[in-house]
Amino acid sequence: MPMSETKPLVRLAGIRKVFSNGTEAIRGLDLDVRSGEFISLLGPSGCGKSTALRMIAGLGEPSEGSIDWPSSSYDAAGRPEREIGFVFQEPTLMPWATVFDNVALPFTLKDRPKGDVATRVQEALAMVGLDRFAKSYPRELSGGMKMRVSIARALVLRPKVLLMDEPFAALDEITRFKLNNDLLALWEKQRWTVVFVTHSVYESVYLSTRIVVMAARPGRVVGELAVPAPYPRGTDFRTSQPYNDLCRNVSEMLDRAMDADPAM
Amino acid sequence: MSSSGPEGPWARHSRYALPAGAGILFLAAWEWAVAAWNVPKFVLPAPSLIAAALINDGPSLMQSLWFTTKVTLGAFLSAVATGISLGVLFTLNRTLERTLWPYAVMLQVTPVVAIAPLVIIWVGFEKLWLALLILAWLVAFFPILSNTTIGLASADHGLKNLFELYGASRWKRFRYLQFPSALPYILGGVRVSGGLALIGAVVAEFVAGSGTATGLAWRIVESGNMLNIPRMFAALLMLSVFGIVLFYLTMWLQWALLHRWHESQVRREN
Ligand SMILES: Nc1ncnc2c1ncn2[C@@H]1O[C@H](COP(=O)(O)OP(=O)(O)O)[C@@H](O)[C@H]1O
Ligand SMILES: [Mg+2]
Repeated sequence: MPMSETKPLVRLAGIRKVFSNGTEAIRGLDLDVRSGEFISLLGPSGCGKSTALRMIAGLGEPSEGSIDWPSSSYDAAGRPEREIGFVFQEPTLMPWATVFDNVALPFTLKDRPKGDVATRVQEALAMVGLDRFAKSYPRELSGGMKMRVSIARALVLRPKVLLMDEPFAALDEITRFKLNNDLLALWEKQRWTVVFVTHSVYESVYLSTRIVVMAARPGRVVGELAVPAPYPRGTDFRTSQPYNDLCRNVSEMLDRAMDADPAM
Repeated sequence: MSSSGPEGPWARHSRYALPAGAGILFLAAWEWAVAAWNVPKFVLPAPSLIAAALINDGPSLMQSLWFTTKVTLGAFLSAVATGISLGVLFTLNRTLERTLWPYAVMLQVTPVVAIAPLVIIWVGFEKLWLALLILAWLVAFFPILSNTTIGLASADHGLKNLFELYGASRWKRFRYLQFPSALPYILGGVRVSGGLALIGAVVAEFVAGSGTATGLAWRIVESGNMLNIPRMFAALLMLSVFGIVLFYLTMWLQWALLHRWHESQVRREN
């Protein structure tokens, strides 16, 4: 397992985030993300999951603490050359551009050599099963398909790390299960590192190798739990005893944190 | 309304046949009423008289129409160019926006009729067309400016984050995010502006009085003074046909640029 690797891919140490309006979104967050992990940040809404994920992506600086990429090189401006794909909660597609152009956007913005863009875009679309929809416009797609486009766009630069902020929260359960399975299948093949934000206990247990449980006011980590079940996971795992036990453990962790919070 | 389907060919043709039929009926009633009640032709000429005026004065009226067209289109196109450019500049430079915005508003709220004499004196009677163009531009320019500024600021927050994530340059952010987001707003402004340019051109010519102005507006005033009401109607008719053409032109432009993706142009099949 890649868990045994010594250097983490990303190390968050003593992170505190206070917004300009005085909201303390995160206090004392330590987190090592190891290469090849599928790690879930699980917690109630408002506990700073999105804020943490955005800071990992470089969208917003921490007020205190540090975010290091020990094994990455740094560019001329001193920024780590993080190869990150980000999937937002909303599909966040450009309505005026075709599916193809939406997925090609990272290339368009990055001034990379353009030779094989078309192949790479088609490849990414094939990965999410949308190769036949390259010429469609987002409004012609269903919610689940839009989310797939968004994932293809995040993958097109072949990032090392995939950051996902409640990507399936707005979808119906059937579509969500399907996308969960497809995402896992891709991850098993490609083995990027995934940081997956969710507020669903079941989703976190089903997907992850490790779950980091967070609580609000202020946002902090209240517990951590490895999910030792092997991949591929499927309906068998969803209905197994270990799965149920893990879900109960995680829920209890959340409950304990909530009980201590007078505002809930 | 879809081009095929359950509505069939009648529904399609009725789109043109209904208004055309109503128009013909109306003209016939008008012709009859004028004769029946003996209405003098300097009060309300019969449609046949107007048609005759349209034919007799056709060449000279066409010249006037050409003059008005040049002024209107000139003002309209400069309004589009300057409105969008200034809107972009305002978005790039907040200080510039804060500095100039009040003056743009001032130009907008001051009625053209009130500034017209001044502009005409400054530009000079020998270049009256230019004065008219400037006045029409003043009227047509503001909707494009304000819609451009609003549109450029309306880009989706999530997409802005995405562009930041991929380190998009200022130019690319403008080219691939802000401008396409603004396009529906800008085109809305363009449609309003087209109509305003024509109103501006006509009003300015009214105010200018005689001089070297030879546009349709002046022909209307002149025909009124000479109690040549059939010609007045003929000129009016030309003006409104021109206005309609302009209207459909801007509508077509909006459709051409937006129909692939924007909700305002999409016909949903439920
Ligand atoms: N840009 C911002 N300005 C001020 N407060 C914010 C901002 N973004 C998030 N917050 C606050 O920070 C806290 C954590 O937010 P967030 O990270 O979005 O939580 P989560 O994703 O876990 O639901 C919330 O109380 C939220 O209101
Ligand atoms: Mg969130």
